[in-house]
Amino acid sequence: MRVAVLRQGDYLIASIQSDLTDSEVLALREELAEQVGRLRCRGLIVDVGALDVIDSFVARSLSSLAATARLRGASTVIVGIQPHVAIAMVHFDLDLHPLVTALDLDEGLDALARLTSQGAEDGR
Amino acid sequence: MTTTEGTPDRKPAAASTAEASVLKELVAYLRDDRSDLRAEWTRRITDAQLLSVMTPSEISSEVTAVYDNYVDALETGSVETLQAYARDLSERIIPRGVETDEVLGIVLLLRDVLARALFVRHQDDLRMLDRVLDSYEPAANRIAVTVGVSFVEERERVIREQQDAIHELSTPVLQVRERLLILPIIGVLDTQRARQLTEQLLAAIQSSRAKVVVIDITGVATIDVTVANHLVQTVEAARLMGASAIITGLSSKIAQTLVDLGVDLAMMRTVGDLQGGLEEAERLLGHRPAEPEDIPQVAG
Repeated sequence: MRVAVLRQGDYLIASIQSDLTDSEVLALREELAEQVGRLRCRGLIVDVGALDVIDSFVARSLSSLAATARLRGASTVIVGIQPHVAIAMVHFDLDLHPLVTALDLDEGLDALARLTSQGAEDGR
Repeated sequence: MTTTEGTPDRKPAAASTAEASVLKELVAYLRDDRSDLRAEWTRRITDAQLLSVMTPSEISSEVTAVYDNYVDALETGSVETLQAYARDLSERIIPRGVETDEVLGIVLLLRDVLARALFVRHQDDLRMLDRVLDSYEPAANRIAVTVGVSFVEERERVIREQQDAIHELSTPVLQVRERLLILPIIGVLDTQRARQLTEQLLAAIQSSRAKVVVIDITGVATIDVTVANHLVQTVEAARLMGASAIITGLSSKIAQTLVDLGVDLAMMRTVGDLQGGLEEAERLLGHRPAEPEDIPQVAG
């Protein structure tokens, strides 16, 4: 699979290296959901910076990936969406609101730190 | 007053010598009688209440210049000088609110004044009158068309320039401080411009690593469903790039319109004015203790 998955402390970082086929997207979702639980991660970052296209299928898959990871105990942040990709995504008319996004990996780590500390404060 | 009876000593190549002499005689007459004819023309302009935005002395000086150019154009058959003058004149009077119908009316008045003078002058010799009018009318009509077209062209040029200027002026993305951008939108937000703005904004977010963007729409006069949806998309695209957008400067009229249209602005953060927007941005950027809405919503 053309996705590098790295573990960093409590976080899991999945870096997608090139455009994925639909079945690869589904496989990625399955693998990440499994690893998040097994490694007891509290946060998941998916770097999509290398993707030239995020179509409605990939966007929906990312949403469901985030929802799945949530159920397994991890918050998800999508990072590295390119400007032209962002413009295309908003034209799909999908509800992307559940997706937490950040500019790059640095920002993604910041966002996760905030999300997880908020979760702790809330007693989750 | 001199009447140069038929002296065909000039050399107009195409026109027959008879016509040339008629024209020459006509021009000489218009030159000799110019002060009377100009005065008559000015009187008719004033009577018709044209050029009301200009002072009498201004009118008189323009009248003099236009008259001379007019007669020159009759004489040479070339409208280029007159065209240049008309452009120049248009450039001066358009900003003062002179309308197209006034300009056309003035030129047509001059045509009438001169035609009437010719009738009076040649009333005893109808054949001569016929010949004079034959050479006068086509030239006069051509001049009227030229002046009118020059005026309209000048107007259109001004409008085009202003449109370009608005286009360029209204799309700056300004960095106020680290990680904070302002996008002041001025003028009409159509689909093409909304797209251009979004692209510029996202590029700026990426290059300056902005966290917060304040979009100020004080300068947007009206808003409709399309424009509102553009705004929603811009905000959403910025969010995908990791930047929160704050919309400021919604007038009460626009706010009411949006509510009446049923545009879903629930996800948009709006603040009354730019000052409030900047304060909100500062709060988002740094001075936490965070409030729940500062933090992006948790998935699921």
